[in-house]
Amino acid sequence: MNTENSVPQFSIGILEEHTQLTLADLCRACAIHAEQIIELVDVGVLEPQGREPAHWRFGGASLHRTRRVLRLQRDLGIDLAGAALALELLDEIESLRTRLRAMGGEY
Amino acid sequence: MEFKDYYAIMGVARDATQDEIKRAYRKLARKYHPDVSKEADADARFKELGEAYEVLKDAEKRTAYDQLGANWKGGQEFRPPPDWNAGFEFSGGGFTGGDEADYSDFFASLFGRDFRAGGAGRASPHAKGEDHHAKVLINLEDTYHGATRTITLRVPGVDAQGHVITRERILNVTIPKGIREGQHIRLSGQGSAIGGEGQAGDLYLQIEFQAHPLYRVDGRDIYLDLPVAPWEAALGATVKVPTLGGIVEIKIPAGSGSGSGRKLRLNGRGLPGDPPGDCYVILAIALPPADTEAARDVYRKMAQELNFNPRAKMGV
Repeated sequence: MNTENSVPQFSIGILEEHTQLTLADLCRACAIHAEQIIELVDVGVLEPQGREPAHWRFGGASLHRTRRVLRLQRDLGIDLAGAALALELLDEIESLRTRLRAMGGEY
Repeated sequence: MEFKDYYAIMGVARDATQDEIKRAYRKLARKYHPDVSKEADADARFKELGEAYEVLKDAEKRTAYDQLGANWKGGQEFRPPPDWNAGFEFSGGGFTGGDEADYSDFFASLFGRDFRAGGAGRASPHAKGEDHHAKVLINLEDTYHGATRTITLRVPGVDAQGHVITRERILNVTIPKGIREGQHIRLSGQGSAIGGEGQAGDLYLQIEFQAHPLYRVDGRDIYLDLPVAPWEAALGATVKVPTLGGIVEIKIPAGSGSGSGRKLRLNGRGLPGDPPGDCYVILAIALPPADTEAARDVYRKMAQELNFNPRAKMGV
């Protein structure tokens, strides 16, 4: 299907809404080990459904949340708890900015 | 190629200690980190900073860089001296987590391409190609109606002679209805494969909205400022409103235009979804210009007839 003349067509869903990821999916997509994901669940950055790791199901939004926390940790030299706090504050700032913009404020 | 003044980029003196360099890096990294900063050029600044730190934090590289002399200015045309590199042996290792592929030609000319590839190995617990990430700018109409977008990706590859080339790959991507800013579309198997075999990685497209002249977005809700005449707000009226789904008529109740009556909600007329968002119409009273004698007469009549002090609540 990858010929010069026909451009491949893709019809897909929204990652954040239509995708559920297993622990293995998430490890692969973020190129990290399961232990690191388990740590992220322990500090509450990720909140999977299901009781034990083998049955965990992560929402699609977990993927970029994980990548973001890892980048913050790696690039800024902060520990996991610090990165988790930064992530929460950044989320809050983002939603406030969106609110402000929607109300017609400058941002 | 352009000379890069790594000391200027990091804002430190040429004789800065390693501790000072580290502190400067930490501080600037927090400021320009693309996940934190809202500055438009944060991405480029952060990469530049990572490159500068890569060189200055490493005693070997810093010494080599210093050999170029202090007379160079950032942006100046630069060519490495012919005997460059003689007498230095770089030990590899010690790369920052920064993306080595993003380092400039200037960096590569000094420290080599192989050198940077030899650094931090990527943890890859499963044999699968790399995932790719890209951003797509769409407008609100695209997410409201759904749309197909042609996306051009630049993919590094190797030609028949073994040269590294950049190929353009064109994909037609369906933008799902109701996708919101910051959400992603995953195209399975559209990343790169490892050495042309095995399972290819995935391609992730992050959605960004183009600023819209009329509408603002909050989640699935749409906000719209609607100008109304003073008499429409005071007496009530039926007026036309442009929404993403087309023009609708709404009834403005008498006495709107101030306080809570300023905001009207059109149920389900925001972005599609389950449940769909709403459209909020914010009434903005527009004053008719007093640019004719007749118009000025109307204002004079209002001044006489209406006992209205807009500053009554201020006690003046």
